[in-house]
Amino acid sequence: MGKGIWVFAEVKEGNIRKVTFELLSQGKKMAEKLGEELVAVLLGSGIEGLTGRLAEYADKVYFVDDPILAQYTTDPYATIITNLLKEHQPSIFLCGATVLGKDLSPRLATRLQTGLATDCTGLSLNEEGLLLAKRPVYAGKAFIEVVCPNSRPQMASVRPNVLPMVPPESGKKGEVIKVEAKVDSSSLRTAIVEVVKTAGAKVDLTEAEIIVSGGRGMKGAENFKILEELADVLHATVGASRAAVDSGWRDHADQVGQTGKVVTPNLYIACGISGAIQHLAGMGSSKVIVAINKDPDAPIFQKADYGIVEDLFKVVPLLTEEFKKLLSES
Amino acid sequence: MNVIVCLKQVPDTETLIKIKPDGSGIVTDDIKYVMNPYCEFAVEEALRIKEKFGGQAVLITMGPARAVEALRTGLAMGADRSIHLNDPAFEGADGFATAKALAEVIKKEPFDLILCGKQAVDDDLAQVGPSLAEFLDLPHVTLITKLEINAEQKKARVEREVEGGKEVVEVKLPAVFTCQKGLNEPRYASLPGIMKAKKKEVKPINLAALGLGAEEVGAAGSKTKILRYIPPPSRPPGKIIAGELIDCVKNLVKFLREEAKVV
Repeated sequence: MGKGIWVFAEVKEGNIRKVTFELLSQGKKMAEKLGEELVAVLLGSGIEGLTGRLAEYADKVYFVDDPILAQYTTDPYATIITNLLKEHQPSIFLCGATVLGKDLSPRLATRLQTGLATDCTGLSLNEEGLLLAKRPVYAGKAFIEVVCPNSRPQMASVRPNVLPMVPPESGKKGEVIKVEAKVDSSSLRTAIVEVVKTAGAKVDLTEAEIIVSGGRGMKGAENFKILEELADVLHATVGASRAAVDSGWRDHADQVGQTGKVVTPNLYIACGISGAIQHLAGMGSSKVIVAINKDPDAPIFQKADYGIVEDLFKVVPLLTEEFKKLLSES
Repeated sequence: MNVIVCLKQVPDTETLIKIKPDGSGIVTDDIKYVMNPYCEFAVEEALRIKEKFGGQAVLITMGPARAVEALRTGLAMGADRSIHLNDPAFEGADGFATAKALAEVIKKEPFDLILCGKQAVDDDLAQVGPSLAEFLDLPHVTLITKLEINAEQKKARVEREVEGGKEVVEVKLPAVFTCQKGLNEPRYASLPGIMKAKKKEVKPINLAALGLGAEEVGAAGSKTKILRYIPPPSRPPGKIIAGELIDCVKNLVKFLREEAKVV
């Protein structure tokens, strides 16, 4: 069986994503326990300068720098990483449960004929040294513990914001190794012809540290302005319940819940959301939940750490003012 | 254009999930099963393609006897025929074993594209679509919210949802796509549709008919193993902040800063 814990380093807009360092932090602990090396693998175009930050965590950094890798598409990334994994036979391979990671990892796992635990919220090693992956099912109404007993690498994609990030070891400098892409461009079956950024897009819901979310109680698309104002003050992202999305008040990409995004922010402020089971499943793993709803019997209050039973249209503007005061002081 | 839709029957999203006392699974009594919501987008898109270009929309599912209801729902919406992988040997399949079995059936079918939901809302794997593409040596595009087909050139132009925006992607057909909310509004089955669906084909495929060994399917053919089910971490009871409105708000801000330390 193979050796080494490998972490896929994901690049977005010229920077390594935070989830990569969360994985390296966790990977380091596991590598020490297993007595194996921690390896980062970085693909992209013009990314050599990013290897240094990875080498502060990893014993080895493999990087592939090629114009063909400037934007993620499945084929070249899957081919290059499969080749590296076949050559080095690590015991564990981890990536972020991001749009990219969730596109890439099933390809790799199938090609390597191995097991994959997707969208994990916890990783540990069991007494046999197997990767024990904890992941939500039914959008978080239950969790399962999964292992990959017989094939290697044991693969997992892990949600952003769930693993604690530790600072790198001071003075550590892992070995940086350049690898040639060796990809035939005629083998690429998909091509990105355009990337359209959502106007004024902030941090994606799945990565947001604070989410301000609105439901049926918002009564109309135009009223989300007060949530946007609160979100601006808190540098938060605005979400919505299925009721609000199905009413056409918000884009479906903003939906939190079992048929939308499953989110894990530090703070989730639910405004005018009653708390249908499918919504609670999607945000129930938030660290701190605040509910603002005029109905004292709304199920959202069962999940909330703090609740205010009052009309959100009265509470939210005051809350925005109070946060403004607080954050301008500090 | 012949379209294959891989779909799954799952518990309705309003279902309260209870775990068996021994942690071996969930309590399935009284669960209302429905077609996975993301698979509805796939069925709807298949029907639109069929209506525009002609050809057949064929549904495939793997699941126990009850899963036939999900196929009937899709047939009532307008799909032409369906295939039901049903055998006790298929039980406990992970994403790998599920995709392998589906691929084995699809290899024998004519198709131009394959549509799946972006994930099933029970196991939430989001694995079967890309894995199926790999087994069939096809390209895939995940999370599509728009699909335009160029039948002459055998190409598709799709929009897919990514963090903070969307990508427009071109891909040669045949290909596998996983469908995200926003792709379309799934139609409801009409009464004549429901009547017609009763006469449409549901072809059962068991292990012998599939042509794979027992060790390649179900739990035996799976690469991952579920050790146990556990309930979500319980949350301590919360505080309802009462009093004058302005005091409530000030207290909330104070709690979030000093007690919860999240702002």
